[in-house]
Amino acid sequence: MAIFLNADSKVLVQGMTGSEGTKHTRRMVASGTNVVAGVTPGKGGQEVDGIPVFNNVGEAMAATGANVSVVFVPPKFAKAAVIEAVDAAIPLCVVITEGIPIHDTAAFFQYSENSGKTRLVGPNCPGLISPGLSNAGIIPGDITKKGRIGLVSKSGTLTYQMMFELRDLGFSSCVGIGGDPIIGTTHIDCLAAFEADPETDVIVMIGEIGGDAEERAAAYVKANVTKPVIGYVAGFTAPEGKTMGHAGAIVSGSSGTAAAKKDALEAVGVRVGKTPSEAARLVRDVLASL
Amino acid sequence: MDLYEYQAKELFAKHGVAVVPGKVCFTPEEAQAVATDIGTTVVVKAQVKTGGRGKAGGVKLADNASDAKDRAQDILGLDIKGHIVHKVLVAEAADIAEEYYVSFLLDRTNRTFLAMASVEGGVEIEEVAVNNPDALAMIRVDALVGCTLEKATEIADAAKFPAEVRDQVIEMLQSLWKVLVEEDATLVEVNPLARITDGRVLALDGKVSLDDNAQYRHDSHLALIDNAQTDPIELRAKEFDLNYVKLQGEVGIIGNGAGLVMSTLDVVAYAGEEFGGVKPANFLDIGGGASAQVMANGLDIVLGDPEVKAVFVNVFGGITACDAVANGIVQAVGMLAERGEPITKPIVCRIDGNNAVEGRRILDESGIALIERVETMDDAARRVAQLAAGK
Repeated sequence: MAIFLNADSKVLVQGMTGSEGTKHTRRMVASGTNVVAGVTPGKGGQEVDGIPVFNNVGEAMAATGANVSVVFVPPKFAKAAVIEAVDAAIPLCVVITEGIPIHDTAAFFQYSENSGKTRLVGPNCPGLISPGLSNAGIIPGDITKKGRIGLVSKSGTLTYQMMFELRDLGFSSCVGIGGDPIIGTTHIDCLAAFEADPETDVIVMIGEIGGDAEERAAAYVKANVTKPVIGYVAGFTAPEGKTMGHAGAIVSGSSGTAAAKKDALEAVGVRVGKTPSEAARLVRDVLASL
Repeated sequence: MDLYEYQAKELFAKHGVAVVPGKVCFTPEEAQAVATDIGTTVVVKAQVKTGGRGKAGGVKLADNASDAKDRAQDILGLDIKGHIVHKVLVAEAADIAEEYYVSFLLDRTNRTFLAMASVEGGVEIEEVAVNNPDALAMIRVDALVGCTLEKATEIADAAKFPAEVRDQVIEMLQSLWKVLVEEDATLVEVNPLARITDGRVLALDGKVSLDDNAQYRHDSHLALIDNAQTDPIELRAKEFDLNYVKLQGEVGIIGNGAGLVMSTLDVVAYAGEEFGGVKPANFLDIGGGASAQVMANGLDIVLGDPEVKAVFVNVFGGITACDAVANGIVQAVGMLAERGEPITKPIVCRIDGNNAVEGRRILDESGIALIERVETMDDAARRVAQLAAGK
């Protein structure tokens, strides 16, 4: 089953003719993804590695049956690209682009909410992978295999690190939701989907400083999640007021600290690892006891 | 980027938000000249990016120009919560009748924008929120609709602004929204918003935070950057386009990906507890797909920090190829030696992921004695903390 992305997913790439788009399209194809189309305005009719390029998302969907879009366009053009995908009512739109102005994200997020037809993942995220089935984004396809752990994370490299730590066990799906202040799919959306996924036995949730998403996810776990959840939170040593790379990773006042997030998760029975390796050990313990 | 009050007010004025006339000054003499031009009682205000200026003696009234010079003399050089005052704003002193509060900000939780307004301004708004939450109106603003006349009216009425200022507040809210949108700000705040005795409503203070991601469409914002207030190592890192934050500690950190680097800082701090409280000296994310040159620049920056005793390079190659990372480390060491600054500090490396086997081989065969390779992140953190502690 996996969540959001499976063997039937047909992926189109917005910005496929750009250097990043081309590079990652090849990587997605190499990890078994069914990439059916590219979209670049004005380049309709061209091909990249035999994959047809269309002028817009609507045409590409009509011609190929694509149901997932992965967006690699530069920040300047990201808002228009997402709005185009939403207008075409694509079910899943994964925005990899980093550095999008927050007003643009706020606008396309609201636009997609209003349409009610498109699930957004990101922006500024590594995308998602259901190992062995499909890979939409830039998560390396060769770290691990299909298994029964579900992973949701704000951070790309921590996603890779956790996949690597537990590579022998494998994952149902790994979702990198991104570290920007406004993101489409949240920890809670992924928790809900993993809870409902019969192929997921344990859920790993990686958070980081800033905002209150982890605290709200903790409340959601308490009320709605019966599967075991293991947590990890990065940023205990981050000073107040400094941005740590992710636009969302900034602590202001007492809210959004790593300690507050860890406490909130532990209060609802989520075991939280002190380091990524310790979190991975907790996952092994839980799986062994099931 | 957070702006100074005087910069915020310049943006306010540009978009039609009513402010009092004033000018930023760097010396007591300039303050005197500006006060002379204004010709009335003035207020001299420390320009620092922190709150509590009044309590710290950073805001003073001056009856005349020579008084303004003396007050500026007092305030310039003050240390307000670790911020040294290098400039003051000299502005016409307003005869305040009432103080209010208004702001627009990014609302992460609801993934939209939020307006906050209160007729109880002039104090810490956080205190109002806690002690008298009914006095603080909080109204969502749809990013696609914006602060229309109807929305501004809703905000003003929810905060119960009195009839004599209602129309002015409604107009000001719409202008402030323009500042937020047209300048790509994540926060615009006016506290206090004041009714002065002649009936006008003016922004007496201003706070604006700009979105760094939107810099590319605002050339004029480049002039707002205050390099004098930035750490010199952070400035150098910026020239290399590196994501670097200076911290107080002894272990230099280089990694790829914001999350992994944050996690590395934590793991080093935990390990450091065992060695007398050794801490990370910096945050440095060399990003995805980092080349050898980027790694070399990063090492150059981190080794250039005199407080650093040992360096931890922690890379998980997702897109980044570990052999490129290893080559970068070896090249950087060579480059520094050529420059006559051979490395003297140990570098502990942990590399995993894409092309890790080749990367490890390059490091192992480099013959550089100060490079030490450790298999796991936790063990490497412990080793680097030990080295930084001199044990």
